[in-house]
Amino acid sequence: MHIIDRRLNPKAKSLGNRQRFIRRARDEIRNAVSEALKKRKISEVESGEKIRIRAKSLNEPSFRLGKDGSRDFVLPGNKEFVVGDTIPKPPEGGGGGGGRGAPDGHGEDDFVFTLSKDEFLDLFFEDLKLPNLIKVKLKDVRSPTPIRAGYTTDGSPSKLNRVRTMRNSVARRIALRRPSNEEIRAAEEALAAAEADPAFDPSELVLLRERLNRLNHLRKTVAFIDPFDLKYNRFERLPKPITQAVMFCLMDTSASMTQSLKDLAKRFFMLLHIFLTRHYREVDVVFIRHTSVASEVDEDTFFRSTETGGTVISSAFEEMRKVVKERYPSDEWNIYAAQASDGANDLGDMARCIDMLDEVILPVCQYFAYIEVGTHISESIIWTGFSPLTNSHKHFAMRHVSSPGDIYPVFHDLFSTPERA
Amino acid sequence: MDTAIKKIKKPRKGKPIFEGAEWNFDTLKTVFDEVEKIGLRDLKLDVYPNQIEVITAEQMLDAYTSTGMPLMYRHWSFGKQFAQESMSYRRGMRSLAYELVINSNPCISYVMEENSATMQTLVIAHAAFGHNHFFKNNYLFKQWTNADTILDYLAFAKDYVKECEEKHGVEDVEIILDAAHALMRQGISRHPKTPVSSKPAHIAKRKKSRKLHEEATFDDIYRTVPRAPITAGAAEALAAFAAAEEEGLGLPEENVLYFLEKHAPRLKDWQRELIRIVRILAQYFYPQRQTKMMNEGCATFVHYEIMNTLFDRGLITEGSMLEALHLHSSVVMQPGFDDQRYGGINPYALGFAMMRDIKRICEEPTAEDKDWFPDFAGNGDAMGTLKSAWADYRDESFILQFLSPTVIRDMRFFALHDESDEPEVEVTAIHNEMGYRDVRRRLARFYDASVQDPDIRITDADLSGTRRLTLTHTVRDGRLLSKQECDRTLQHLAQLWGHRVKLLEVDAGTGKTLRELEALPLP
Repeated sequence: MHIIDRRLNPKAKSLGNRQRFIRRARDEIRNAVSEALKKRKISEVESGEKIRIRAKSLNEPSFRLGKDGSRDFVLPGNKEFVVGDTIPKPPEGGGGGGGRGAPDGHGEDDFVFTLSKDEFLDLFFEDLKLPNLIKVKLKDVRSPTPIRAGYTTDGSPSKLNRVRTMRNSVARRIALRRPSNEEIRAAEEALAAAEADPAFDPSELVLLRERLNRLNHLRKTVAFIDPFDLKYNRFERLPKPITQAVMFCLMDTSASMTQSLKDLAKRFFMLLHIFLTRHYREVDVVFIRHTSVASEVDEDTFFRSTETGGTVISSAFEEMRKVVKERYPSDEWNIYAAQASDGANDLGDMARCIDMLDEVILPVCQYFAYIEVGTHISESIIWTGFSPLTNSHKHFAMRHVSSPGDIYPVFHDLFSTPERA
Repeated sequence: MDTAIKKIKKPRKGKPIFEGAEWNFDTLKTVFDEVEKIGLRDLKLDVYPNQIEVITAEQMLDAYTSTGMPLMYRHWSFGKQFAQESMSYRRGMRSLAYELVINSNPCISYVMEENSATMQTLVIAHAAFGHNHFFKNNYLFKQWTNADTILDYLAFAKDYVKECEEKHGVEDVEIILDAAHALMRQGISRHPKTPVSSKPAHIAKRKKSRKLHEEATFDDIYRTVPRAPITAGAAEALAAFAAAEEEGLGLPEENVLYFLEKHAPRLKDWQRELIRIVRILAQYFYPQRQTKMMNEGCATFVHYEIMNTLFDRGLITEGSMLEALHLHSSVVMQPGFDDQRYGGINPYALGFAMMRDIKRICEEPTAEDKDWFPDFAGNGDAMGTLKSAWADYRDESFILQFLSPTVIRDMRFFALHDESDEPEVEVTAIHNEMGYRDVRRRLARFYDASVQDPDIRITDADLSGTRRLTLTHTVRDGRLLSKQECDRTLQHLAQLWGHRVKLLEVDAGTGKTLRELEALPLP
């Protein structure tokens, strides 16, 4: 009989099965994911998700008997029935308590399981990317990454390779016959025994003493670890070119944006932000909010603070231009921008707005997405004003978002890779 | 401990082998030794060598979502089951099995680390002795499964599927496995076959040699010989030839997977091997399906006897005995049909009740028992009677032979008849003198896998012409296949066969075709 402890065996043996399962159910899960986004609070977007999907495509068919025909069966727990009694059948789908418990009749309803945060986001942003990411900064700024490059004989102690070092040490000690503790102890004991024994041959005793001396000498002269043994891990720093990109998020926070519209806009930006931080580590994000005046704010203020006022959109463009000029020269940076607004603007500002977009903003941008939130009943001022620009600038896109459910499809549409779109 | 065993008549003299819930590997070893003494000496069980493996809850989930085997090839359906099980486990809707046992030699029992010392004792008695004895002695397992090689085969299967995935892509492998899984219930031979051709590689070899022979004997001159018009005699000869060909295919064939593996015209060798893997697993699990109730009954009976003996000898404390009894009674609970918790007849409950009853009949029979079971009533050899039952019966025949009026009364069984177009079901027999035999016969039929599974056979395969494959479902009691499921399964079948597939549903009594379904493989 053996008792074996298997608890330390590698975990997650079923990971391969899980990956296959998620791949199989991908379409269903994606629908469920975009469905889930509607209901979630903004702060919850970046956490795991409980997913409910229809089990239909995951159902495994087999030849089973249907419900037609006649059958006999036996049930336990009879309290009142005698032969000839009849029992009305339970209604269809009512749990089938009346002994329909044939092993072949198990139905599958909705299927609920939890996706981890990574699985959730992977599916979420699958095949999305920033378009036209081309301007690689050609100047010297490259990020050096250390890569392993064999071993070296000197370096800092933190890079000491213990395995290699000890391997050298052992080989050298064997080659130079450095005595081990046991050998010395044995020699000492032999000597002590011989000295205690009066009948011992004195010449032999001398030999024993010499041997012990020789061993002790060897032990002193041959070091346990010699500087010669030391090996260090060597790293080389490989400069890697990086593509620099910055995303400008422009949001209208004026009074005409109701709380629900702001919420929609924030959801969009939240998604954008997660997408960027997840897929492009090097992407800078600049948050600009505006009423009649615009200001650059940090992430927290952008998503959480409330502020109201009139609407002058050009102020946001002005702010963006300022930031670009100061920190993101357009010949070195890939510049992206997304703007969300309810479509209302100060009438007097429109002409200036369109001019700025046409002449200043769009020329420096790789891609500019304009998101209009709200019930798109009639063409808004901005929509009408901006529409012509889509013809002259291929990298300018406009979309409508009227409910949380639209956000993901629109987002997907804006950033999908060409081969999928 | 030996003294305790000698003083068997003076109970509660021994020193308990553990106290409290904590255990370590030494406790486990002592527990195993004591349980083994009782199992082998007192109950005289005959078991494979045991191997106990301690695992975590997650590993337990892992194991029983891949059909309970320690090694399994990868497939999405196991991932699906895992997602489902782990969800309901985390929500606390379902607790995990305390143990899992594999019919192999040595017999591997998994026990969970969370179990208390008492639970480990119970589980070792249940799995390592109860199930183990059943696996080693029951005729179905002896006949159909090879306990010595199953783990090696699974290791092979896992590697083979992995290799195929690397070579041919996960998707292509999945198509074959999905289809084979759909036909798993039709992948069983109910009667032993003469082993003609086992491996796809051998078949390929035979095909090749046949081809070489044809090439060697080919003579173009025969092509120029004018053909005689087909006469009535020739047509007959052709029909005879076709019949002979069919003979070669071994039709009708109930094992659809076997037939596909050997004869599907378009499959590649690796695809045949995958089908073979699924088929062999289906066959391996078939005895388990047919003996579920007996197997659990046997294990429950054994753990009950062993726990009681341990207690009588003072080897476990009163506290652990109470815990064991609590566990035991929740395992053998049978809610009535109208109870919310009812989920079919509990195999543990029925099996245990029947085996306790057999013991009672052997030792203290009533007049009724003597009437019903003249063979063994009052023979005084309960273990002998039980052991021969465990060896020579399956659920269906066991019920037919051993279900006594006492158990029928205790469990208050009653039989019902259901016509799908009637609004009510009718009670046809209850637990009274007139009803016992009726109830017993019907209950036995319910445990007969060959009655519960649809009877589907391959009846025709036109290999020379249209290549159409025909299956026939023999319909009993008007019970047709569920249409939607059937269409999708047929699609899978067509995918494997590579040509048109037809399913006829023919009434067993009248021979009339009730329904015809067809499927074509997708390009």
